[in-house]
Amino acid sequence: MGKSYDVPYMERTRDYYRAQGYAQDYQWAHHAETPFHRLSKPPSQCRVGVVTTAMPDTPSGRARRQVYSSLSAPIPKSMYTGELSWHKTVTHTDDVGSFLPLEALMVLEDEGGIGSLAPRFHSVPTEYSQRNTREQDAPEILERLREDEVDVALLVPL
Amino acid sequence: MSLVARHLEAHGIATVIVGSAMDIVSHCGVPRYLHSDFPLGNPCGRPYDRSMQLSICSQAIALLRAAQTANAVTRVPYEWSQDNSWRDDYSRVDASNREELARRGAERRRRQAEAKAAGTERAAMIAEG
Repeated sequence: MGKSYDVPYMERTRDYYRAQGYAQDYQWAHHAETPFHRLSKPPSQCRVGVVTTAMPDTPSGRARRQVYSSLSAPIPKSMYTGELSWHKTVTHTDDVGSFLPLEALMVLEDEGGIGSLAPRFHSVPTEYSQRNTREQDAPEILERLREDEVDVALLVPL
Repeated sequence: MSLVARHLEAHGIATVIVGSAMDIVSHCGVPRYLHSDFPLGNPCGRPYDRSMQLSICSQAIALLRAAQTANAVTRVPYEWSQDNSWRDDYSRVDASNREELARRGAERRRRQAEAKAAGTERAAMIAEG
């Protein structure tokens, strides 16, 4: 039923902001060039780090949007997604496996598809300010992933 | 998250994004993107469908190795539903909610001004479904 098409989220968001009385449209990040680092070894020899836009479901995670690190095991039973822009009228985030692939990566580790899952994963806030992301949060995530000695990162925005 | 991917990649960590907003990620430009054509919220697979979640995660890992150049994009081989009405539904603005949205915007700006005065809050994108 109905036509299948890629939802134009930038256009929808722009119209939604305008309807709420915001005079200036949000300017989405755009770049002519994209950095690329070729993977030099097979995934079966790589340590994988995970980064999510969901915050920890803790008093601090609920109260304050910032970079957090949490243990990968045991897998958290819930994450705080209340302030994120996901499609609340048609789905839910009660199953963390639907947006945080820790269990799947543990299976791949057992099967030898990846070397290992890093012992912790990281939360990064979605930000209106791209400057905050570029100058504060992204460098912080890089530093933490280096501490974790990961080779690759799987990034999952909701 | 696209900006984080670019930063990590520029500093030697290969990345893959698994997401559901093709236009936003493509507009930014990222090294590798696996697109789940699902409503925002479940890019790793339908809730409680462990088999689909494992399959999507495997595809993301495979893309890490397979991509030869930047802006590598692939799609998961699943559809959310035969009913596509969710695509029209997201952040829809029409006569039924126009007044409510204007009221909510004014309220949000008032709260933001208070938070800014207190110096406590970093502004999030508007969270709506």
